[in-house]
Amino acid sequence: MLFARPHLLGLEGLTAEEIDFLLDSAESFKEVSEREIKKVPALRGRTVVNLFYEASTRTRTSFEIAAKRLSADTINLSASASSAAKGETLTDTARNLAAMRPDAIVVRHPSSGAPDLLARHVDCPIINAGDGAHEHPTQALLDLLTIRERKGRIAGLTVAIVGDVLHSRVARSNLFGLLTMGAKVRFVGPPTLVPPGFSELGAEIVWDLHEGLKDVDVVMMLRIQRERMNGRYFSSLDEYSRLYCLSADAVARARKDVIILHPGPMNRGVEISSTVADGPYSVIMDQVTNGVAVRMAVLYVLVGRRKAGAEQGEGAVPIALAEASPRRAATGE
Amino acid sequence: MSERTAPSAGRSEPPLLVAGGTLVDPVAKRTRRADLLVRDGVIAAIEAGISEQLPRRGASTIHRIDATGLLVMPGFVDIHVHLREPGFEYKETIATGTRSAVAGGVTSVACMANTRPVNDSPAVTRFILERAHAAALAKVFPIGAVSLGLAGEQLAPFAGMFDSGIVAVSDDGHPVMDAELMRRALECAKMFGMPVIDHAEDRALVAGGVMHEGAVSLRLGLRGIPAAAEDVMVARDIALAGLTGGHLHVAHISSAGSVRMVRMARAAGIRITTEVSPHHLWLTDEAVTAYRTNAKMAPPLRTEGDRQALLEGLADGTIDCIATDHAPHHKDEKDVEFDCAANGVVGLETMLPLVLRLVEDGVLDLPTAIAKISSEPAAVLGLPVGTLEVGRAADLAIVDPAREWKVDSAEMFSKSKNTPFEGWTMRGRSVLTMVDGRTVHDDRAPQPVRGAAEREVRP
Repeated sequence: MLFARPHLLGLEGLTAEEIDFLLDSAESFKEVSEREIKKVPALRGRTVVNLFYEASTRTRTSFEIAAKRLSADTINLSASASSAAKGETLTDTARNLAAMRPDAIVVRHPSSGAPDLLARHVDCPIINAGDGAHEHPTQALLDLLTIRERKGRIAGLTVAIVGDVLHSRVARSNLFGLLTMGAKVRFVGPPTLVPPGFSELGAEIVWDLHEGLKDVDVVMMLRIQRERMNGRYFSSLDEYSRLYCLSADAVARARKDVIILHPGPMNRGVEISSTVADGPYSVIMDQVTNGVAVRMAVLYVLVGRRKAGAEQGEGAVPIALAEASPRRAATGE
Repeated sequence: MSERTAPSAGRSEPPLLVAGGTLVDPVAKRTRRADLLVRDGVIAAIEAGISEQLPRRGASTIHRIDATGLLVMPGFVDIHVHLREPGFEYKETIATGTRSAVAGGVTSVACMANTRPVNDSPAVTRFILERAHAAALAKVFPIGAVSLGLAGEQLAPFAGMFDSGIVAVSDDGHPVMDAELMRRALECAKMFGMPVIDHAEDRALVAGGVMHEGAVSLRLGLRGIPAAAEDVMVARDIALAGLTGGHLHVAHISSAGSVRMVRMARAAGIRITTEVSPHHLWLTDEAVTAYRTNAKMAPPLRTEGDRQALLEGLADGTIDCIATDHAPHHKDEKDVEFDCAANGVVGLETMLPLVLRLVEDGVLDLPTAIAKISSEPAAVLGLPVGTLEVGRAADLAIVDPAREWKVDSAEMFSKSKNTPFEGWTMRGRSVLTMVDGRTVHDDRAPQPVRGAAEREVRP
């Protein structure tokens, strides 16, 4: 198996081979979503718990669809971290869930490192669906997959990540993933949101949007959280928008074949103009589609091998798909 | 010391001879082979060869401790300890905290005021001293609050607490944000010859941070606390110490900038002393990696550059002493999300070997290193302890410098186990700790028996 880790807590520390393996697996799962009957029995009888301590529509739905297309049973638990603080601790919650023998826990939590804590306390795979300002590995994987599809490669590309990098787990996961895959990463934003310390992590730092987009192959816009624009990090949303809203003008600084990503949800007219969001460079809908495939791959790789992994060996994904093909089943009948 | 005979007639115990050891004198800054005679809990003589003279006359009534191959040091003085009693007995009590102290060779501790109730009244001060007396382990010197309830608004009753036995004032854990209150505290404390101990962190700059701000906090996505949060407070308080002529003591100094400013202030003749914790000397913010909550404390672990500045400050005397900031917390307060975890680590039982490591690494010579945990901290607070002098209380740490041991929090005497040094191999241990000539910790046997010392110390 090319991905032998028990959990997916982040992209930091993964090897290029491991990331490639996850992307290849995701690519082969994409086909399932194109079928008329979008379901394979790969995880039949398995249970995936979505434990969300933070509001999420896109990510949770994407994980749920991914699990269902693999025939896993899914349970969605929404807990507010504040009510948990009054009563049960995170580790107790996790131990209780673990006692019900799920096959994976997908967790989103407002505290950085919460998935690491869970991974120390339970023995089923933990999949990080976003922890504080730390990592959001499946989001970065789907971004990497989208870039690889569109560009045919990742190595050698220059990627500008624009916006509130300081508070962004998407930016961190992409930084780790992109650097590992051989891309160059440029963080673009004001010093309050792009502190100089990021250069020690391997990013180039540029404050000016137009300069930051010069000759880049990929622009990744980050969502601006309105609650952060409280006059501390920046004077106001308008002021931010004046400097960093991605307009067609700014995009013109990039390479001709630039693609534009956004993890959503978008603030149209704030960090991205509608012209750009709906324009020809935008691959935002590809990202959403790839999100399901990436999460199918991650679930399959971490869960599918748990019992039968030893027999299935490295060729796990293709075998599963071959076994699972509903089309073939249909012709058989 | 187990061979204590039947209760002796009258008050006097038989004299005790520590023979054959190497004495470490932190004041004269030298080591020498000599015997040390203890009579009535006081150091009665320090001379080479007492062992040859004394046994001839009345050998049967003299207890003899063979210190061959061992270092005889003044019992250590830790001026920054949280004993948690009253109020937080589930973390530590005065009895367990001082038991932990003597296990580390520490015979005197100054305890911080952030108990519940806060030590902001003579009654609480007296309560602490009574409990310490009952525990009969390390000597306890209470530190009173600067402000009532540590609220930073109104001065606590320094005079009443001083009469009851406090040796300094501090709102440790709660920086005094009001500069005028800090000024008044420095002025008032001056009347009693007490320092104001400063927890130097500007809360506005801390801004909810949970670790040092730098590449590591950015990588982990944890909110950072810039070194400047400490620097601006140290700068402010140096100015206030200059204004008032009061004695400012900066607790747990952690940043290169602060060390630089203290050095300049001292050169300018401002009355300022400082301490550094062993964890700031030996760990950096990298220790937080993997969200290890036992590496979370205030001020936070900083960078290698800061660490080097602390070592330099220690070597050139800018930093007077080493103090542990022993801060016990229950497992439940540490086994949580990093953001929610309590600040602080235990330190009493690991201080000595970490200080001896400074000698091994050539940062300090042995007597100077020991001075940093005995005579120097005692001088900061004006305590009559921490030296090897005839006429002084026989508070001793008899140390086996070669004893290797592995830090195992389960083996610790402290009620709490939150050490960042878990699993470290340490060298050096106090194998016999004495307070006023009484053995309060005996680890000479290869297999230490827990609780043995408590039984022994009954008067």
